[in-house]
Amino acid sequence: MVQASVESQTVNQWITVCQLEQILPNSGVCALVADKQIAVFRTAEGIYAIDNYDPFSKSYVLSRGIVGDQNGVPKVASPIYKQNFNLQTGECFDDPTVQLPVYPVRVADGQVQIGIA
Amino acid sequence: MAKKNLVVVGNGMVGHKFLQKSIEIGATQDWNLITFCEEPRVAYDRVNLSGYFSGQSAEDLSLVEPGFYDQHGVKVYLGDKAAKIDRAAKKVISAQGEEVEFDRLVIATGSYPFVPPIAGKDTEGTFVYRTIEDLQAMSAYAEQAKIGVVVGGGLLGLECANALKNMGLKTHVVEFAPRLMPLQVDDLGGNILKDQIQSLGVTVHTGKSTTEIVSVGGRVQKMVFADGSELFTDMIVFSAGIRPRDEIAKDCGLTVGDRGGIVINEQCQTSDPHVYAIGECALHEGKIYGLVAPGYTMATIAAEQICGDGNSTFGGADMSTKLKLMGVDVASFGDAFGQTPGAKVLGITDAIKGTYKKLVVDGSGKHLLGGMLVGDASAYGNLLQISQNQIVLPPNPEDLILPARSGTSNSMGVDSFPDSAQICSCNNVTKGDICAAIQADNITDIGTLKKCTTAGTGCGGCVPLVTDLLKLEMKKAGLEVKNNLCEHFDYSRQELYSLVRLEKTMTFADLLAKHGKGQGCEICKPAIGSILASAWNEQILNPAHVTLQDTNDAFLANIQKDGTYSVIPRIPGGEITPAALIAIGEVARDFGLYTKITGGQRIDLLGARVDQLPAIWQRLIAAGLESGHAYGKALRTVKSCVGSTWCRFGVQDSTTLAILLEQRYRGLRAPHKFKSAVSGCTRECAEAQSKDFGIIATEHGWNLYVCGNGGMKPQHAQLLASDLDQEILIKYIDRFLMFYVQTANRLERTATWLNKLEGGMDYLKAVVIDDCLGIADRLEAEMAHQVATYQCEWQNTLADPQKLARFNHFVNSPEPDPSLLRVEERGQARPPYAHEREVLMAIQNR
Ligand code: SRM
Ligand SMILES: Cc1cc2nc3c(=O)[nH]c(=O)nc-3n(C[C@H](O)[C@H](O)[C@H](O)COP(=O)(O)OP(=O)(O)OC[C@H]3O[C@@H](n4cnc5c(N)ncnc54)[C@H](O)[C@@H]3O)c2cc1C
Ligand code: SF4
Ligand code: FES
Repeated sequence: MVQASVESQTVNQWITVCQLEQILPNSGVCALVADKQIAVFRTAEGIYAIDNYDPFSKSYVLSRGIVGDQNGVPKVASPIYKQNFNLQTGECFDDPTVQLPVYPVRVADGQVQIGIA
Repeated sequence: MAKKNLVVVGNGMVGHKFLQKSIEIGATQDWNLITFCEEPRVAYDRVNLSGYFSGQSAEDLSLVEPGFYDQHGVKVYLGDKAAKIDRAAKKVISAQGEEVEFDRLVIATGSYPFVPPIAGKDTEGTFVYRTIEDLQAMSAYAEQAKIGVVVGGGLLGLECANALKNMGLKTHVVEFAPRLMPLQVDDLGGNILKDQIQSLGVTVHTGKSTTEIVSVGGRVQKMVFADGSELFTDMIVFSAGIRPRDEIAKDCGLTVGDRGGIVINEQCQTSDPHVYAIGECALHEGKIYGLVAPGYTMATIAAEQICGDGNSTFGGADMSTKLKLMGVDVASFGDAFGQTPGAKVLGITDAIKGTYKKLVVDGSGKHLLGGMLVGDASAYGNLLQISQNQIVLPPNPEDLILPARSGTSNSMGVDSFPDSAQICSCNNVTKGDICAAIQADNITDIGTLKKCTTAGTGCGGCVPLVTDLLKLEMKKAGLEVKNNLCEHFDYSRQELYSLVRLEKTMTFADLLAKHGKGQGCEICKPAIGSILASAWNEQILNPAHVTLQDTNDAFLANIQKDGTYSVIPRIPGGEITPAALIAIGEVARDFGLYTKITGGQRIDLLGARVDQLPAIWQRLIAAGLESGHAYGKALRTVKSCVGSTWCRFGVQDSTTLAILLEQRYRGLRAPHKFKSAVSGCTRECAEAQSKDFGIIATEHGWNLYVCGNGGMKPQHAQLLASDLDQEILIKYIDRFLMFYVQTANRLERTATWLNKLEGGMDYLKAVVIDDCLGIADRLEAEMAHQVATYQCEWQNTLADPQKLARFNHFVNSPEPDPSLLRVEERGQARPPYAHEREVLMAIQNR
């Protein structure tokens, strides 16, 4: 599985948030990690973690968006106003000035884990 | 060389057109353009004046692009009237004392509404219908009026009556002649028109001559007629014809006609060769033209005479008209009254449908001379072309006005027109012009075509023909109108629907593998999710389908701006028992939900967290309620009125039928949401004519209307069939809905779908009623499958722990979304606005 590339972050600890089966293929869930809401997505290509906060609607909903791709780049569409976000980089396709945090995420022994510093 | 002065008196529709044309042909090189504009605003679209009542602003109506006059150095004396013309000194003197010399003068002063010399005609409460100011005065006065009378049953009078009716007044039309629109239609046509107009709730009095307007306290109270009868009213609008505004011409000695109008020759020159007159103030060969198109032609000719080569001349104009008056089509063209020697008349009256169609054919039976259409003028465009271009008639000309049989269209389409055929009469654009533009610029959409050619930018009446031409040209060029769903599928929704059906595809994954590419997206996933549901009716939360759904469908509730959801239980037909009402109230109270009656006759419980939804539905289902599908692109509500059960006017039991229909079509997934209503009589309290399908009770059964829309672009539903019994009614609705589901584009409501459907309503009738495609049985069987496999989505979900597992905000914690906050207003909880949120957060963090 390909992992979201998150270079500048050092991981000291991996926190298990759920089993991989708990995330239906091509969908997302929201995980609570150290008081942060993190949207975790599972696609055919890999697993991705970005912030759950949608800056356009100012609400915590991105994990409930529809997952897909734009020219091969994996993305999620906000369920509220439908802006699209790049799952690999957190960048907003519709407004390049908007960039969401991405988080280190991996699957180990069938468990989905988020990395924290 | 110094520039010469070209002065235009009157900045109405025609005056403006003159300036526009002059500028187009380069007049500003040699001429200073100057215009006197009596009204407080520059030229606006008087033809669409009534649009002002339906929400168009003065700016919307303006014909002058902001900055246009400045940019071309046109000097406008706004709100200043030319008071006098001094021909000897060659100057114009304005009411405010401006004096402007002219080398050439163009008079475009239009006309004024004729007010018959009736005693009391100037009483407070009497109006005319000509300018935006007139309309402002009318609508202000109408606020305290209940009844309104229009004097004059011609074209403008009926348009004005419609405006009064729309303002909520009980409306009457009083016409002196024995029939309505005496200039356009004959007695037979006038009778049909009168019936139609009366059935819309406007009372028509023909053959009435008003002798006196009686006032009380200085305000209109009633009208007295020559036959001794009276009519009480709060306001009166005169629309009894127009009179040319020729006073300044007369005063300066220009020749005017015996009954008014500035006499012009075919160069549009008055008796003084330096002075021209155009538009409604001009009299050409004894005729005043009260339509804008001839005025525009005069404007073009005068501009070319003065500033151009001066080759073209005015040879009279065609007075053909097509109008929609209160939804009733009226058209007349050519020699409509059959006055040509030897002319033969061929007429068809359908008193049931309320249509009258008449053709006037020449002695040889080969050419169409004219005709009139009342009630259904869909053939107008074609007939006009056939008569104007002397196209040889088919052997049975009556086929041109007989209803189409089995879906085939009898009309001779645009293809048969010569290039010289004038398609847009407002802007004088021919078929040749349009085709040339399409070919030169490879135009593939109607918007661009309108911009490039100006065709269709006037009254809009020619737009269907222009669209036909565009399609025809595109077809000829071998172009296909691409309608792909998104980057993942090179197919339209309709094509994908057929593929799913034909290949019995059950999942998105299969369809993507076979016909798509990539992973899909937020466009194709819900669209195909909906297609699969329409075709097979599997539960949308099944694992194969759930990730296709928009959040609303995925959680069977409507997402709100803060990420919580609203819950709307089904209340079929709007009927609800007190016990169910109490149960809803208790749930709302216990879960702290904001409660509101919706616009669709049911109750919305807002602010439910995703983790609360199952518990809420547990309670609602226990109380006998079920999912209302407010979240789905599916049937919303079937509104009802109380009907014959209670209402003293009801002629059928509208509530029972509404409940039956809501239960029949509940849960049916469609390209977009769709709505319905059933009214118990013609008063239409349930507003059925604004619905995707609406039913109105008659003495003999039910009238079925389809393809109405409220919302962003309201459109009235159209009558599909009348006086149906319940069995046939349901058959037709089944066919109609399944045909829509099968052929519409994604997110296309029935109204938009119909507007784009080739062949329009006639075709739809042919499919639904006459089964011209031979698919009626299949459509009915598909609907029967839907009805038989219906399940309440919430009931199904509650029974399945796997599906319920998704109803949590966090995958790793039972905690609700901590960001959600509430404030209280009017005794209920609502989300905070941004400024309140800051305060609440500050308190929380303290
Ligand atoms: C709740 C309600 C307003 C209310 O408080 O009364 C409502 C609320 C919404 N309407 Fe509506 N409409 C509601 C009645 C209407 C009506 C009136 C009616 O149905 O008689 C109309 C005009 C009639 C019509 O549709 O022709 C109406 C025309 C629209 C439209 C414009 C549709 C159009 O074709 O132009 C939209 C936008 C859309 O669907 O694309 C819309 C969309 C919406 C959405 C879904 C907007 C959104 O995406 O959030 C709202 C969902 C709120 C929610 O979560 O419940 N709503 N909406 C009404 C629910 C009725 C019900 O019981 O189901
Ligand atoms: C409600 C309504 C609906 C209509 N519907 C249709 C339709 O469907 N189809 C159709 O073809 N036609 C329709 N008409 C008619 C159409 O509007 C006229 O044919 C058209 O406006 C004529 O243009 P015009 O420039 O000659 O006159 P106008 O548009 O009336 O312009 C004349 C202008 O000159 C000004 N003026 C007059 N005297 C002076 C002066 N001495 N100095 C300065 N300014 C002066 C007036 O104030 C006015 O602004 C409709 C008219 C009305 C009122
Ligand atoms: S539509 Fe007719 S039956 Fe229904 S409530 Fe209104 S008046 Fe009564
Ligand atoms: S005929 Fe009026 S816009 Fe074309």
